[in-house]
Amino acid sequence: MTHATATVDLMRPPAPAEPGAGVYSNKLGMWVFLASDVMFFTALIGTYIILRFGVSQPWARPNVVLNVPLTAFNTFLLICSSVSMVKAFAAISQGDQRGLKLWLLITILAGASFVSVQVVEYIKLVGHGFTPAGFREGSALAEHAAADPVRYGAATAGLYGSTFFTMTGFHGFHVTCGVISMTYLYLTRVLPGNYSRQDYRGIETIGLYWHFVDLVWIILFTIVYLI
Amino acid sequence: METTEHKLPNYLLIWLYLFILTAAEVLFAFEMPISQLTKILCLLVLALVKALLVALFFMHLKFERWRLRLVFMIPLPLAAILVLAVITEKIW
Repeated sequence: MTHATATVDLMRPPAPAEPGAGVYSNKLGMWVFLASDVMFFTALIGTYIILRFGVSQPWARPNVVLNVPLTAFNTFLLICSSVSMVKAFAAISQGDQRGLKLWLLITILAGASFVSVQVVEYIKLVGHGFTPAGFREGSALAEHAAADPVRYGAATAGLYGSTFFTMTGFHGFHVTCGVISMTYLYLTRVLPGNYSRQDYRGIETIGLYWHFVDLVWIILFTIVYLI
Repeated sequence: METTEHKLPNYLLIWLYLFILTAAEVLFAFEMPISQLTKILCLLVLALVKALLVALFFMHLKFERWRLRLVFMIPLPLAAILVLAVITEKIW
């Protein structure tokens, strides 16, 4: 029986291993995750588009309710953190440990600042009366909306509040996860000098995630804050 | 590591483009005396250009093989189909 098996193996050798997408599995795994995340954010942004352009009542202009200059600054901050991330990647790909430490630290700080600014934005919005359930009764915003229901989109405030906080909240959650992961990598891998010119897979993989979060924000900022 | 075989792009130049495009977007949204539809189209085009810059240069898709690019590109038409399919609900 053993002879027979051996003969079959000889006659039908295993198929040669193919290189696949030509990437290591961590990176491929991250790309597959990002592809699924595209669908996740599509569901959120798509819901917003359908609700906003599907309702017959007027919707508030973003700059009436939201603080657009503050968020424009936040967008700038996130773009800068994306550049510093790619500089960290470029540094370690040339074996520069000091550059990696510096640029990754800048990325972590910029990412944490983005989340902080978003928290401040939320506190101000809720204080002003814009909550996930719409305009809070008795707030300054509710009074303005009662005086000018078309400009403030009084009838659609509930839809606006729930979609706005869901979209930006889930993006903020992604940024928070990124900051935590980068801090973990920084403390356990980067500071001890575990990455080298030959192997910097962790930096490249977390970089892909970080740039994707930036990419999603570019789309979100345009759709939620500018249109 | 295969990804370093190509010459690294000028990241600061990409940053400058992104910065200028963001400033242009904010100007377009609030300062331009154009119709709402033109405004929305311009803003979406600007956002797509920015997203492409990030994907091609920061995520290095420009330098990857097609097999890997496809992993990221396949959900995009699916996303468009999802939104378009649900938006027709309004028409029915």
